[in-house]
Amino acid sequence: MQVSLGKIKPHVGWLALPFALIFFVYFILPLVLTIVVSFWDYTDYAIIPDFIFDNYIYIFDGCLSNEEGLCLTFKTYISTFFFCFFTWLITLALGFCVAYFLAFYVNSIPLQVCLFLVCTIPFWTSNVIRMVSWIPLLGRNGLVNEFFLSLGIIDQPIEWLLYSSFSVVLALVHLYTLFMIVPIFNSMIRIDRSIVEAAYDAGASHRQIIFNIIIPLSKTGIIIGSIFVVTVVMGDFLTIGIMGGQQLASVGKIINTEMNYLQFPGAAANAVILLIITIFIIYVMTKFIDIRKEL
Amino acid sequence: MMFRKNTFGYYLFFLIFISFVIFLYGPIFSIILLSFQGPEGGLVFPLQGFSIHWFKELWHGSGLVDIGASFRRSIALGLLVMLLTVTLSVAAGLAFRRNFFGANILFYIAVASLIVPSIVLSLGIALEFRIIDNIILWVGKSLNIKQIEDNFQTSLGMYTSGFGAQLTWTLPFGLLIMFAIFNRFDKSFEEAAKDLGASSYQTFRYVVFPIILPSIIGIALFGFTLSYDELARSSQVMGATNTLPLDLRGLTTTVTTPIIYALGTVTTAVSFFVIGLFLGLVFLFNKRKF
Repeated sequence: MQVSLGKIKPHVGWLALPFALIFFVYFILPLVLTIVVSFWDYTDYAIIPDFIFDNYIYIFDGCLSNEEGLCLTFKTYISTFFFCFFTWLITLALGFCVAYFLAFYVNSIPLQVCLFLVCTIPFWTSNVIRMVSWIPLLGRNGLVNEFFLSLGIIDQPIEWLLYSSFSVVLALVHLYTLFMIVPIFNSMIRIDRSIVEAAYDAGASHRQIIFNIIIPLSKTGIIIGSIFVVTVVMGDFLTIGIMGGQQLASVGKIINTEMNYLQFPGAAANAVILLIITIFIIYVMTKFIDIRKEL
Repeated sequence: MMFRKNTFGYYLFFLIFISFVIFLYGPIFSIILLSFQGPEGGLVFPLQGFSIHWFKELWHGSGLVDIGASFRRSIALGLLVMLLTVTLSVAAGLAFRRNFFGANILFYIAVASLIVPSIVLSLGIALEFRIIDNIILWVGKSLNIKQIEDNFQTSLGMYTSGFGAQLTWTLPFGLLIMFAIFNRFDKSFEEAAKDLGASSYQTFRYVVFPIILPSIIGIALFGFTLSYDELARSSQVMGATNTLPLDLRGLTTTVTTPIIYALGTVTTAVSFFVIGLFLGLVFLFNKRKF
């Protein structure tokens, strides 16, 4: 079969050329230039080709002396890791439960497709609007505060509902749980039902089945989902900006701010460090799986 | 049977699922409701009257940047990105069915593009075009080209850097969808066509294409909607022009009336319309397939 297919379509590799070209111009080259420019010098209005380490030295300025507590860079990374960790934990738990429900409790395929689409549709709408839409619920006079006030649980509005770490994590979970649901669901529907049946017949409890069968067999989906969520939060500057009321720090926001002040080489150095850390995280995670087998 | 309905587990996970759906859609419905308030309406509940006042305000563009223009720009850019996403990923998908030089690397690059932090890529593309700017200015200066020296601003723009930045986000989805379809593709249809003497063009046009058409519409859906709402990657590379998401982000910090909800309702309605249209087409073609 393979041989005759070869006769049908000889030399189709060139069809991938335009695709590859886009990634060369808009992905590879920009990343290479980012690394190059991170060693350049700059003035208020221009970037100057050079080979200096000042941009990196500036980032870690005061980080090693440790006299006045943590330096700004370490603080920012800790803040970013904080958002990453909580978003990851919640999206994983929520995404797993939703995928589990869809994969094992919804038996009719059309219904499954339909409910899956219900989860997916918001992904195709505007992120900014999805963030803005929390204002009427979480604001000082928002629905949540009004509700608790009327019940007498609190006697003045809770201030930390909006423009806080809480609202940032909430919005990130709101935006990105789908990134967990899709790969985990994809892994789950491949699990052979007879294994689950066998375990059940042999007297395993529901909890045992989830922890000893479902979770290990959806490991790949869990890891792919985790990679998506962690990387998207690591580089986030929009959600943390808008939902944090422009008050909270993240690595992405530092890069964004530096760019607004045209400090491109400084931004590039920060981007390179962020990239290295992100690649390291992905490397550790992909140690466990082969992505290509999953499609 | 373990996965019976009316067991404790079923109700538990059902409850979680329903809560998730409410969590997913609740906020957006609250701003749709609030956008239909009367003129004295505010940003929070309770509703102050009922009217289409804020949509009229939006239509007349009172106090806002030219939303209409950025809306049209976003639609145009979305259509272009959609077209390119479909053609390039279908072509690449066909190429990937056979091994070609660099296939593995290209696959990993596409996946890497999906997970590289958007701000890093946006910065990189901005740098690239700034360097191009410098080169153009230098050429203009050394060759004494008056037009460049006097008029040249920047090479950054929607149709130079902007659409490319968005393609790095939409193309990987397109390729993954192509992989998913071809991994499940029954090659015997193609075999049969070939045995009956069809050329490779005919085989594609009359056998492969109709089978993968629903997936192609799916790719188009990703291409348009993701471009129409894209912000993170476009944020630094649109040059002098603004797309709708860029304007929207600016408005979140300045506007304090329900007009922003009206805008949110309109743009969400556009998204829902497009999603509905494409999904409708997918189902239609899926039904007709055999």
